[in-house]
Amino acid sequence: MIKHFLNFEWKQFFRSSYWQKSIALNILMGFLALYFMLTFLILGISIYPLLKKQFPESDPLILVNGFLFYWFLGDLVMRFFLQKLPVVNIKPLLTLPIKRSSILNYVLGKSAISFFNFLPLFAIIPFGVILIFEDYSTTTALIWMLLMYIFTLIINFLNFIIEAKSAETELSFLPIIAIASGLFALNYFEIISISSLLGNAVNSIISNPLLILIPLAILVGLYAFNYLELKKKLYVDGSLKAKAAVATTTDLAWTRRFGDIAPFLQLDLKLLWRNKRPRSTIFILVIGLLYGLIFYPNPTYQNMPAMFVFVGIFVTGIFMINFGQFIPAWDSGYYKLLMSQNIKYKQYLNSKYSLMTISAVIMFVLSIPYVYFGWKILAIHFAAMVYNIGVNSHVLLFGGSFNRKKIDLTQRAAFNYQGTGAVQWLIGFPLLLIPILFFYIPYKFINFEAGIITLIVLGGIGIIFHQKLMNFITKRYLTSKHKMISAFDQNN
Amino acid sequence: MIKSTELSKKYGDVTVLNIPSLEIPKGQSFGLVGNNGAGKTTYFNLLLDLIKPTTGKVINNEIQVNKSEDWKPFTAAFIDESFLIGYLTPEEYFYFIGELRGMNKADIDTFLNQFSEIFNEEIIGRKKYLRDLSKGNQKKAGIVAALIGNPEVVILDEPFANLDPTTQIRLKKLLKDLTKNSKTTLLVSSHDLGHVTEVCERIVVLEKGNIVKDIKTSEETLKELEAYFSV
Repeated sequence: MIKHFLNFEWKQFFRSSYWQKSIALNILMGFLALYFMLTFLILGISIYPLLKKQFPESDPLILVNGFLFYWFLGDLVMRFFLQKLPVVNIKPLLTLPIKRSSILNYVLGKSAISFFNFLPLFAIIPFGVILIFEDYSTTTALIWMLLMYIFTLIINFLNFIIEAKSAETELSFLPIIAIASGLFALNYFEIISISSLLGNAVNSIISNPLLILIPLAILVGLYAFNYLELKKKLYVDGSLKAKAAVATTTDLAWTRRFGDIAPFLQLDLKLLWRNKRPRSTIFILVIGLLYGLIFYPNPTYQNMPAMFVFVGIFVTGIFMINFGQFIPAWDSGYYKLLMSQNIKYKQYLNSKYSLMTISAVIMFVLSIPYVYFGWKILAIHFAAMVYNIGVNSHVLLFGGSFNRKKIDLTQRAAFNYQGTGAVQWLIGFPLLLIPILFFYIPYKFINFEAGIITLIVLGGIGIIFHQKLMNFITKRYLTSKHKMISAFDQNN
Repeated sequence: MIKSTELSKKYGDVTVLNIPSLEIPKGQSFGLVGNNGAGKTTYFNLLLDLIKPTTGKVINNEIQVNKSEDWKPFTAAFIDESFLIGYLTPEEYFYFIGELRGMNKADIDTFLNQFSEIFNEEIIGRKKYLRDLSKGNQKKAGIVAALIGNPEVVILDEPFANLDPTTQIRLKKLLKDLTKNSKTTLLVSSHDLGHVTEVCERIVVLEKGNIVKDIKTSEETLKELEAYFSV
């Protein structure tokens, strides 16, 4: 049975038009994976000698165990944002003579072979091997390695639960942030010293290998919990089928003042509010707005205005980046309608542009209180807003004409986490990093004001040539229209 | 009204549609029948410029569809559920389409009144999103939306499939009235030979992408079609 599942998986991946269109992106992901593997390998090899040198009188193994808490916490948060939960199309399988248990075990097993579970091994194994060479008993080293791997899997299944639960609610990633910062705070303020508790636990398991049964039991428990949770969802009237929500009708009359783009603007606002995937982009706004608090009060960044440009672009452009990179895929479900209805492509795109512009202005206004940390920050935010409106929004719209991946809004049940992975964040990088460069070069060679002016001028040029740019972008969309229609018609 | 010349569509070496010439005059109710894979939906997709023809062109009221977008204001279609916007209520969907076709809310409300029989109180005012309606009700909403704004050309792919018997009968009447009372050119496809002979004054049979029959509907047409398909 597993053989078939794997076969489907393989076909789904390689036969999707997404794969064929974005080989470059896949290669980039490959390099990123390689980079992480190398980093972990170096960490695994070098941590023992480093600790030995820094703290000659302590046992490096005990020290490492003391830090495990931070490792696990970091791992959990990283996974939440980067690891995709397995997406399996369950419905066609339900009526076939396949045991439900094998479907479930497959789904869970698939998450266990994720890259994120192999990555820690690159650090764990070298460290364990060094332990053996450094006169620890072989059992100790082996038990330690096994234990670390069990922990990795525990985190994997814990993340599975958290991710599935937060996908069911509307809160997106607020739960994980709350859990992680709660644990961190408890530990940091020494209300409960989780890191030393965990360290002691690991130490005692190493000295008494039988105790390894406890984490093993936890792992089995989490697996069973996941299994039972998923089992409940395996019915077509359960979560596979969307629950019929009571519809609320709004007419959004105030959008009228935007003229002929009003109907599209209304459509976009409803899209954002009534579907879970796009709605999460709204919650991201809150995170984006608070992002500045990490950098501005911190004295280390005070003489690095380039860092502030990053924050400024991020704060004023977070909605733009999250929403914009999926244009026009948000409308992929009814793209054929839009293409055969009485719609001019340009109006449609202009509506998206307006939405992004409005979001940038609103985010700028909301971020005005940051002026508390200095007028320079306000100036940077303003320049970043202009740059976002003039340059990034057009870049995003242009990039959208290469979009070939359908987003299925109607499938909001479990097992559907499409489009939320490392790729999403990867696309944002150039949008965030290039303006830093535009700021940094004049800043370095002339002064702060020159950097700000460069950004504003670049943004201004984009705004002045908006019509011309839109004509060009519209042409791009018209050329790739048929390709998009056929790609959006595919289900995977 | 609609003229296709040398129209063909190939995927690789396989020709899925090949129509040397087909002209549908204004106001005609035109039926397309054929087995699966005969090219019915392909033809409709070509009329709407949703796929690119390999050769030839489609001219809709003097406008070549893949050259200009000016055919859109007077053409409406419902091909499949991907023409529905799932997260809107049916009313909002009708208002949206209405707005694109220059009708305001009041216009739409009056327009919708004439369909209360077909809707059977299951579509309007139910506080449900389109995605939560049954397949049949989705179809009803889609077909009605295609009639908004008195388009001169209406294209419906398999309008009778998924509908309950009562609605099928009502829809037949509606479509017949549509071509009788106005100058609307109606294009439908169907697997149900009975329905299509009842509604359409002209029937074209497609087989493997080629036109094999072009019949003006008469008393014998149903028999003729049944004889043709019962091989």
